[in-house]
Amino acid sequence: MSPTTITPLGTFRNQTPYPFCPGCGHGPILDRLNEALGRLELDPRQVVLVSDIGCSGLSDQYFLTSAFHGLHGRSVTYASGIKLARPELTVIVLMGDGGTGIGGHHLISAARRNLGITVLVFNNFNFGMTGGQHSATTPLGAVTATTPMGNLERPLDVCATVAANGAAYVCRATSFDGDLAERIADGIRRPGFALLDVWELCTAYFLPANRWSKKSLHETLDELGFAIGVIRDQPAPELAAAYRELAAATREAPAPATEAIEPRFEARLDRRVSVVVAGSAGEKIGSAVRLAARAAVLSGLWAAERSDYPVTVKSGYSLSELVLGPGPIEYAGVDRPDVLGLLSADGARRARPLLERMTEESRVFALPGLGALETRAAVEELAPASAGIGKTSTALAFVAALFNRLAYFPDVALAAAADDLPGPYREPGRRAVAAGLEAGRAPR
Amino acid sequence: MRHLTDGSTSIVRGALAAGCDFFAGYPITPASGILMGMLRELPRTGGVGIQAEDEIAAIGMCIGAAMSGARAMTATSGPGMSLLSENVGLAIMGEVPLVIVDVQRLGPATGGATTVGQGDVQFVRWGTSGGYPIIALAPSSIGECYTLTRRAFELAARFRVPVFVLIDKELGNTRNTVDARAFAEPSAGPRNADPIREHDGAARPYRFEPPGEVPPLTCYGDVAGLRFTGSTHDERAFITKDPATVDRLNRHLAAKIDLHAHELELTEADLDPEAETLFVSYGVTAGAMREAVRQARELELEVSALTIQSLWPVPEAALRRVLGGVRRVVVAELNLGQYRREVERLARDHEVVGLHRVDGGLIAPERFLEALQ
Repeated sequence: MSPTTITPLGTFRNQTPYPFCPGCGHGPILDRLNEALGRLELDPRQVVLVSDIGCSGLSDQYFLTSAFHGLHGRSVTYASGIKLARPELTVIVLMGDGGTGIGGHHLISAARRNLGITVLVFNNFNFGMTGGQHSATTPLGAVTATTPMGNLERPLDVCATVAANGAAYVCRATSFDGDLAERIADGIRRPGFALLDVWELCTAYFLPANRWSKKSLHETLDELGFAIGVIRDQPAPELAAAYRELAAATREAPAPATEAIEPRFEARLDRRVSVVVAGSAGEKIGSAVRLAARAAVLSGLWAAERSDYPVTVKSGYSLSELVLGPGPIEYAGVDRPDVLGLLSADGARRARPLLERMTEESRVFALPGLGALETRAAVEELAPASAGIGKTSTALAFVAALFNRLAYFPDVALAAAADDLPGPYREPGRRAVAAGLEAGRAPR
Repeated sequence: MRHLTDGSTSIVRGALAAGCDFFAGYPITPASGILMGMLRELPRTGGVGIQAEDEIAAIGMCIGAAMSGARAMTATSGPGMSLLSENVGLAIMGEVPLVIVDVQRLGPATGGATTVGQGDVQFVRWGTSGGYPIIALAPSSIGECYTLTRRAFELAARFRVPVFVLIDKELGNTRNTVDARAFAEPSAGPRNADPIREHDGAARPYRFEPPGEVPPLTCYGDVAGLRFTGSTHDERAFITKDPATVDRLNRHLAAKIDLHAHELELTEADLDPEAETLFVSYGVTAGAMREAVRQARELELEVSALTIQSLWPVPEAALRRVLGGVRRVVVAELNLGQYRREVERLARDHEVVGLHRVDGGLIAPERFLEALQ
């Protein structure tokens, strides 16, 4: 790392002359940016200019600061990453009206977040680099390469958009304004999201096609009713700083308990088996099967568990598959379950193809009242007492009863898995498992 | 000690162990578990995690953060991969160390949000314009989700390139039992100890000679005048169209991966010298393959198997080695033969059979055994 003393620079420009067309507004805007950086006496190591595509995207090559030249319209995203990773840096986005159109959502999002970057929009109302096509800010009626009959699309009010969505500092100016350097410096000084929409002339395309002049900029503003000058200057918490403040508090919170499981019970299973439990969404089928998986691992078995449910999480069926075995489960798919537990009509409907595939050696356990099931498997009703356990614990009681009947691992493993449930779930879980184990043991 | 965990959690754990301190992502099934896990863990470990407005912004933020010294990662699924692929090109061109996790689902388009697929294998390889090499790793177990995510960060730093970690809905979201030793490796050192950074790089952040070597990374904030560009550029990152410079740049981008392809090979061979058939697979399908091999051996059937963990570059040396001993190859994957074509080009004298499935289900071990008859 080089010495940390800051030598104020007379200029932040390098020796290379700008490449812009005669009369183009880009050069004057960049000169005002250079003045603003000088006034702020920033360390050039701490300044990153982020540009994208278009004539304005060439701009970063003429400065002594650091620079990032990215994809069309995405400069705000790169700037966001730089600012979030290194909040101490001054990050300035240089983008055209083309980038503003294609990357508009990024601008709105950065404004909403009030992320501390400064955006300069080089707004000359058309795509100067690609042949003078119309952009999101082309005024109504304007003739461009792609609006030969005159533009029919209302121009985007960039300032009003970001101002309405949380930007801390918003200013509209023209490249001819005497106070532009100070306005840019103001934007950089504000800790939050700042945007300056700088109107200017494209002398290659827009000006000749529309017989425009400096005067036309103000006439168009009036016609559209767009504000000029400082439109918003409202401090609000800056995202990168606010995130770090919240995160610092989080870091003092205790780390979550480790999920390592020490096997301590004896299993009685010497082959791979698959158990599917199907019911209705909201019945906590997945939680119940996960508890059984934990009990199995506590008993030295290897378990794999997956859930399936419709995208609308709280309606329709819910199905969980559990594969158990004495060794690692390399293949967790269940094509034909050895055991099926059914808790509701939704579950029975979802499990119909499984019921059809099951063989005489396989077993089905069902809550009473589900009617006749079409299957070759042996069907048995299983009804844990509902007294003393809540409705959301029915599935857990049922699953406990089912594994008690199957006896792959001891009942104490299920009780131990319930003991491991987090705080508010522990007591109801213990009661449900106890009720289930009682039902599983009951003579039939 | 054992863990009951899923691939997404294991990737989060691997990323944190690798020193990942920046994550940006956008919710998408089946990759959201990684987004939620990273956004929960990063504030506690001193990093930054953010939900971006879309996948384009997510990778854009990662690229900006990576060039500011962060170890960055994003995670998505096929539709999000489509959105972010223009920026994959930017990361290749700008030589950005970055990890991209693709939790594959059945495609194309919206496809099956909650159904498994392995259809992005060629997409990650060729998904950006210009066609330059990338590195892609494919964990085939929950333990490998951890180790290969860590490996992905190492390779991203070593080669200054986006590295893909390719898993799928089932591996990402199925909880399975893992021996705790799978997570036993110590964590990577602190960010500032990263040997790839050097502060005199501002004047010359890129090096094209020798073509196969990778320049050290200089980061924003360390120096003034550090430049980055997605345009064709010289070694100072100024835009140029000079044919000689552009040629050196592009040949360097290819050579830095191609000339090191042998170092990148990761495979696991399980060979029976008597076998005439070789199974080849990767990802979740390789798990079923290994189960099939176990069952085949119980039945006293002869078979060899190769799990491919480094999908790109193709591990040609390892493949050639195992092809030498067999007459027939069965390539199994949840697409219609995307990787089979890579094997076919190396196995011209062999009978190559595809075992494919694209209905949202997994290829079961029984299908492998049938293919052995």
